[in-house]
Amino acid sequence: MSAPLLAARDLRVTGPSGVLVAGLDLTVRHGETVAIVGESGSGKSMAVKALSGLLPAGVRASGEIELDGERVDPDGSAPGWRRIRGARVALLLQDPFTSLSPVHRCGEQIGWAVADRRRRADRVAALLAEVGLPADVAGRYPFELSGGMRQRVAIAAGLAAGPDLLIADEPTTALDVTTQREVLDLVAGLQAERRMGLILVTHDLRLARSRADRILVMYAGRLAEAGPAADVLRAPAHPYTARLAACDPPLGRRLATLPTIPGSVPQPFTVGDACPFAARCELAVDACRTAAPPAVEVAPGHLSACIRTAETTVPTPEPAAPAGAAAVAGEAALTVRGIAKRFRGTAALDGVDLDVGRGEAVAVVGESGSGKTTLARCVVGLETPDAGTVDVGGAPAGPRRVQIVFQDPYSALNPGMTVGASLAEALRAAGRPRSEVPELLDMVGLPAGYARRRPRALSGGERQRVAIARALAPRAGVLVCDEPVSALDVSVQAGVLNLLAGLRRDLGLTLLFITHDLAIARQVADRVYVMRRGAVVESGPAAGVLSAPSHPYTRRLLASLPAAD
Amino acid sequence: MNRGILAFAARRLGMTLVLLLVLSLLVYGLMFLAPGDVARNLLGTKNVTPEALAQIRAQYDLDEPFLVQYWHWAGHALAGDFGTSIRTGGPVGRMLLDRVGITAAISGLAFALAVLAGVPAGVAAALRRGRWADRLLVGGSVVGVSAPGFAVSLILLYVFAVGLGWFPIYGTGEGFLDGLWHLVLPSVALALGLGAFVVKLTRAAVVRELDQDYVTFARSRGLGRGTVLRIVLRNAAIPIVTSLGLMVGYLFGGTVLIEVTFALPGLGALLEDAVLFKDFPVVQALTVLVASVVSVTALLVDLAYLAIDPRVRNRTVRS
Repeated sequence: MSAPLLAARDLRVTGPSGVLVAGLDLTVRHGETVAIVGESGSGKSMAVKALSGLLPAGVRASGEIELDGERVDPDGSAPGWRRIRGARVALLLQDPFTSLSPVHRCGEQIGWAVADRRRRADRVAALLAEVGLPADVAGRYPFELSGGMRQRVAIAAGLAAGPDLLIADEPTTALDVTTQREVLDLVAGLQAERRMGLILVTHDLRLARSRADRILVMYAGRLAEAGPAADVLRAPAHPYTARLAACDPPLGRRLATLPTIPGSVPQPFTVGDACPFAARCELAVDACRTAAPPAVEVAPGHLSACIRTAETTVPTPEPAAPAGAAAVAGEAALTVRGIAKRFRGTAALDGVDLDVGRGEAVAVVGESGSGKTTLARCVVGLETPDAGTVDVGGAPAGPRRVQIVFQDPYSALNPGMTVGASLAEALRAAGRPRSEVPELLDMVGLPAGYARRRPRALSGGERQRVAIARALAPRAGVLVCDEPVSALDVSVQAGVLNLLAGLRRDLGLTLLFITHDLAIARQVADRVYVMRRGAVVESGPAAGVLSAPSHPYTRRLLASLPAAD
Repeated sequence: MNRGILAFAARRLGMTLVLLLVLSLLVYGLMFLAPGDVARNLLGTKNVTPEALAQIRAQYDLDEPFLVQYWHWAGHALAGDFGTSIRTGGPVGRMLLDRVGITAAISGLAFALAVLAGVPAGVAAALRRGRWADRLLVGGSVVGVSAPGFAVSLILLYVFAVGLGWFPIYGTGEGFLDGLWHLVLPSVALALGLGAFVVKLTRAAVVRELDQDYVTFARSRGLGRGTVLRIVLRNAAIPIVTSLGLMVGYLFGGTVLIEVTFALPGLGALLEDAVLFKDFPVVQALTVLVASVVSVTALLVDLAYLAIDPRVRNRTVRS
């Protein structure tokens, strides 16, 4: 057998505060797709940066890296990397909005990596055709293109020097579902044509299963499990993989409670000699906490770093929620009529009607630019609509009646204020006593001691819980959630969604839930509105709209999701 | 596209003219806010007789309404006639013309020195972030920014003119080369503070760009150091050009002290004399001149954005 395209043995990445990747073995053959799956903090991005010699300053790699059987110095500043990057290994980044220079034309950017200056224009045209873009894109700037087109330009630029190995770091996370599928299809096609090796880095198990030959699951800088894609997901050998797969909400039915993994991913350098997952694992025994478990082969080519691999079971699916909405019949909590809003001459909302009954949960789904966030902001009063009305329980909307939870918990809290001060401020604005702070924290499942902490000391999920507590402070009847879990890891998402469902039940809250994720809409909502280009194209009970869509756009959204099985 | 840009340039030029109009109105009005009677102030040290006061009132239209006075003054000023100096009795326009050359030469030289040394130093520091060369440059620029211009002048004079005797101590010299030789120390003294400022701003702008994703992506495609640096500089140009524009105003403040220290007969020295003597026509003329230079620079900076950043160009054309 010839040498694999890439073979890395005991790859370690060390940063200023300690180890980030603690020994990873990885091989990629020509034409093969390997997915590296992990949540934030798993070390997956650092591992692939090390494989392309692009670690940031102060971060070092060690171990063995071989390309086509030839040893490469893992130190990224070694002179050999200049010949490797681009021509043999290219790294494609997550966000096409930041990975291209904003002030250079696309053709110029693609052409930089073409060595022969005279043939640049021809090569650029050929590459643009290869990624399915019209030739005139060469003369345009990135800001004139959509996200999907930018990612195509980035792919063309990455392929310009003809790499044998393409590493794609979350290449579609920043894109809409329908665009995601197109871009992944494009990458798969190019890979087959050029017989490239592909490393696909992703947090999305479902996506990994639908695209990869082999999967590596990483947790806290270590390998948890590796094996053929079908085996890893059908019969996960590591408890983390099994639990992670269960956290992915199903699209077909609504669960009473979503499975979660309590706790959060530890920093890789705090783990020491132990299984990094032990603190969150139901199967953990003393031996898990005293030594790092070695990777054992559970089937040919299928490795698991768990001493209780044999006992790992796929969690039994939670029972489905009883059918029927919990809404109090007839009473309207939120009524939106003919709302319209234009920005710089472009219609963001074009005559939208929306009804939410008291105690009901309604999801608004749509892709970026559909106007769903503008709708949420108009409902809360953060934007003034050009036309139309918003009524809450028969009266105009106001801050005491409607509250909002934003998408990014990292920027939604004032970093200079303690959690307690933030909540007290919200209570004061609503004319309520400061003494209710512990009660608010309790409602969102956080210990009262968190009042003294600052947001910096909290994980993403905890921050979002604080943001929810802040929104609950004025005792508003309607809570608007704008993509509240899209910035969170899958294992944390479910916890926040369960919290919202519980609050709705206990406090009789009415929820307006904005999301791009159809499976989440299915779990959260009684009814769904599908938006496109500022208008509602379809609405109805969540089960009906998402299992038997009537509008072609809804059908297209559903068809774009990675196959569930 | 080009029509949009021309329309923007025309609109921006119109705004500059309106700004200058308002500024000149304020500058003219200042004369009436100064303590004492306007006519007596304009008489200066001449004998205050009823005839002389009447003559001054007639000469400056002081019995007319304020706006009419301003209108006459502005009309003459546009034609280059800023009245007569109270101190010397000569035409103010002539005085400015005689002295503007030296100030322009010092400022121009200082600006060129600051940019030619400051931008490369800032880029070099950013590329060696955290290493000793960076710390040295950053430390040096802190000293440069905080050292007052006149103190730097005195040190330079003491070391290079008095001690080593390489440069003249004062004066303007004869002919071009000798003139240039006389202007070296003043320009360097002025450029030191400016250059330090440029180093810090350039470094900050380049460091921010180096951390961007597009730099990582460019490197991942195997682009060489030179190419990557060119891409970064193009992106860092906007904040750098903005700060260079702001520096022009600072230059004029700086020349006053430098010209006085080096005994150079430029506009800065003239401004000092005029202020001390309450020579209103001269102060007015100088203030309007400086305001014009600063506004025109701001206009040029705005137009430079169009050349550098296609996003700004796009917004301009659409709006």
